[in-house]
Amino acid sequence: MKPVAVVGAGKTQFGAFPDRDLCSLAVEAGRKCLEDGHIKPSQVDAFFLGNFAGPSFTGQNHLAPYVGAALGITGVPATRFEAACASSGSAFFHAVMSVAAGIYDLVLVVGVEKMTCQTTPRVAEILASAGDLSGEVKAGATFPALFAMIARRHMHQYGTRREDLAAVAVKNHANGAKNPYAHMRKVITIEQALAGKPVADPLTVCDCSLVSDGAAAVLIAPLERASEFTSKPVVVAGIAQTSDRLPLAEKQDITTFPAVRKAAQKAYKMAGVGPEEVEFAEVHDCFTIAEIVALEDLGFVKVGEGGPYTSDGCTLPTGPKPVNASGGLKAKGHPVGATGVAQICDVVAQIRGEAGELQLARHSLGLAQNLGGSGATAVVTLLRAA
Amino acid sequence: MKVYTETVVYSAPEAFVKDAPYQIAIIEKDDGSRVTGRILGERVAIGDEVELIELRDGIPYFKKASSR
Repeated sequence: MKPVAVVGAGKTQFGAFPDRDLCSLAVEAGRKCLEDGHIKPSQVDAFFLGNFAGPSFTGQNHLAPYVGAALGITGVPATRFEAACASSGSAFFHAVMSVAAGIYDLVLVVGVEKMTCQTTPRVAEILASAGDLSGEVKAGATFPALFAMIARRHMHQYGTRREDLAAVAVKNHANGAKNPYAHMRKVITIEQALAGKPVADPLTVCDCSLVSDGAAAVLIAPLERASEFTSKPVVVAGIAQTSDRLPLAEKQDITTFPAVRKAAQKAYKMAGVGPEEVEFAEVHDCFTIAEIVALEDLGFVKVGEGGPYTSDGCTLPTGPKPVNASGGLKAKGHPVGATGVAQICDVVAQIRGEAGELQLARHSLGLAQNLGGSGATAVVTLLRAA
Repeated sequence: MKVYTETVVYSAPEAFVKDAPYQIAIIEKDDGSRVTGRILGERVAIGDEVELIELRDGIPYFKKASSR
């Protein structure tokens, strides 16, 4: 397997953009990325698109060649990857695998979602379709409801407090306020986080990521060719994608995501590092409880310690293990299909030292964790400076 | 049968907007297997005993077991 590097990155602002369609968002991110990698569309060997529910949100299907052609990319494989909220993480994983295997040299990976064109109940219904339609969804479960049930159980088993969940929201809002690409740039207090409008007990709107429009893109190439495209290549040191069953009711313990644990172990092994060596991370905080569980599944803390670790300030940008310095899905926004690649873009920006006001002091080894649905897909990536 | 975990849904998907707020739960059966269903009547918490009322469209509806 050849070493693989990220040689270009680009993303759009995340937010609610009534005058932008899916294609224009994907094209903006893709163009910025190609410019960053100093290549023409005709040089791309394959185009991978991460998108969760474009056909449901927008009506357009056959999205990969549709978006690819709009970017000027034709005559090459153009394929869409769908893995719920890990759609573009999955696209990135497969792009890295195919370059590592020597099948392609230059692969452009774009993640995109256009969500704000639908009403909140319709958005809830489309998102819920990433869960088990025959059981959970028919019983009336929404995605917030699934994570609310995870939170309830985590609180019951480990004594995690409502305040610990709020501490995730407060931190990520403070970080997002400094991120020019973030959907919501608003600092909130712990009191505000606790007093949010209920969505699914114990989660309030302040515990939930945002319904957003947006796109992100990365260009990958064999490390041996990286200097042709950039002076700051970022190496994919470790990466893994894993799967699990969809229904929560079929899991032995819903307070952990076995797919994340397994993906993390594989990625750590591939990179030859352990969780203690990771300097910073972008994790999948679709809900505040998900960040707490991620800290545990990634091995940053022991089982049950994610809540106190957060409330103690350990995951602040100034703490020993900064998590979601970008603002995370909570504040940056969560255009579902764009999230996995956006996380890669954010880790790459930190490693290159180009994160502006968000720049962390230690930034040579970063981790991205992308979760699909309620844990049926997980992608964990370790990136480091070349 | 008892409650493994639960939540009250306030923000409902299109099909259930008229029911909101409503409680759903994962119920642990006596053989250890679990199922996701709806709770009717009094709210339940983790550990509470429940009993099956009926199946509607394949989904089990439960209520808090009457204390004896």
